[in-house]
Amino acid sequence: MKIREKHTLAMRWFHWLNFPLLLIMIWSGMLIYWGNDTYTITLFGHQFFKFFPEGFNKFFHIPSRLSEGMAYHFLFMWFFAINGVAYVLYTFISGEWRKLVPHRSSFKEAWLVLLHDLHIRKTAPPQGKYNAAQRIAYSAIIIMGLGSLVTGVAIYKPVQFNWVVWLCGGYHLARIFHFALTLGYVFFFVIHIVQVILAGWNNFRSVISGFEIVEDEPKKLIADDEKA
Amino acid sequence: MKKPEHFKEKPPVEKEVSGKQLNRRNFIAFGAFAGLSAIGYGGWRALYTAPLEKADITAKRSVPLRRALNQNELFMRRLFSRNHLVKTYPVNMAAKNVRVNSDVGMVSKFDPAAWKLTVKKRNGDTLTLSFDDIKKMPKTEIVFDFKCVEGWDQIQHWGGVKFSDFVEYLKLHDEANAEYVGLVTPDKQYYVGIDMPSALHPQTILAYEMNGQQMPVVHGFPLRLIIPVKYGIKNLKRIDTISFSNTRPPDYWAEQGYDYYSGL
Repeated sequence: MKIREKHTLAMRWFHWLNFPLLLIMIWSGMLIYWGNDTYTITLFGHQFFKFFPEGFNKFFHIPSRLSEGMAYHFLFMWFFAINGVAYVLYTFISGEWRKLVPHRSSFKEAWLVLLHDLHIRKTAPPQGKYNAAQRIAYSAIIIMGLGSLVTGVAIYKPVQFNWVVWLCGGYHLARIFHFALTLGYVFFFVIHIVQVILAGWNNFRSVISGFEIVEDEPKKLIADDEKA
Repeated sequence: MKKPEHFKEKPPVEKEVSGKQLNRRNFIAFGAFAGLSAIGYGGWRALYTAPLEKADITAKRSVPLRRALNQNELFMRRLFSRNHLVKTYPVNMAAKNVRVNSDVGMVSKFDPAAWKLTVKKRNGDTLTLSFDDIKKMPKTEIVFDFKCVEGWDQIQHWGGVKFSDFVEYLKLHDEANAEYVGLVTPDKQYYVGIDMPSALHPQTILAYEMNGQQMPVVHGFPLRLIIPVKYGIKNLKRIDTISFSNTRPPDYWAEQGYDYYSGL
């Protein structure tokens, strides 16, 4: 049987550490947000959604746990940040970034990938380890992570790091960005899970054991990539 | 268009393996994954169900989480500087409707006209100051973004005597060598402890004015603490007693599970 090495051990570690860490950060963040849960989606004076409905808070046992949320958030922020920074450093040093960073053509190709995934188009553009949509999504999530760290520092120590607060457009805005980025993670997570399920076992296994089994079909993805 | 060479993705490594080799590798990988997941989950459960600290100066937090809060403070303290100032705003940006968020220590019967401030020195001496005594001290005003631990913030305008000027004026230099300041309301229901560097920060004020006028009773008249380097929970209203010590003074919210220091 022919196998193809896909995810290095380091990548798999970063990924599976990040998952529970981010989960804990989101959960503890919700405990904190409850203390002043004023964000809504309001258009033309009509409120479409309130973050979060009472039933939602009850279901997740959110109410009246502000101090607990802060304690967890300010402990796990270190692990979340260290794991994220280590991942970015690793990506640069190992050269993995070449498989990840979007090309100029990625934005146009991502559209074709989307059409393909929605079964509107028969063929997808040739790809390397990641397709164009993945390159954009996985790079964006890193930038979002950086955004969470920066806005997080601004909210955590706004006096000691008042220049970071300035960078975020003020304390008030920093908190809104911090919240919006979290919604972004949840959105990413949902799409990610759907895609992982659709991609199937061969793909999922590679994030645990590192390799994919190569089907017996002509493969010239890299060569095509060069022509593009 | 040809991409620059260094941008090019290396082709993946492919190799031929037997079914046995494949199974072996899967077994190890999934075994390790399951084992490490179990360890991770066990660690989380241990943290989540860790026993509460013994109720003392701080309370109602589990031992490891309290330790983390205190370690964070020790780390952040190294970054603290008197020169790190909270951003100030023009007076016209200050809120006219200043938010009243808590009445802890404010519900007992109280006569502002009969109010006196007690300053307790460490040698047992006490100073008693009237409202007029405090108004004689140099006055400082500040317009800054007040931050509540709940998550809201509001630009507010306060006036009073800087704590460092208060120390200077009353020649409390010996007391200022202590590590902490304690503040208590007349009914002793609300009390906070402040580390000395934060108390002596140039923007920390004993306030008696709000928006350029005498401070309303509900905001803490005659005298309240305004300490921009801390969350609102440290900004005690209606100060009755100020004391100094080298051990942490009792703190209402630290007893409710919050960070003792709550620094910003």
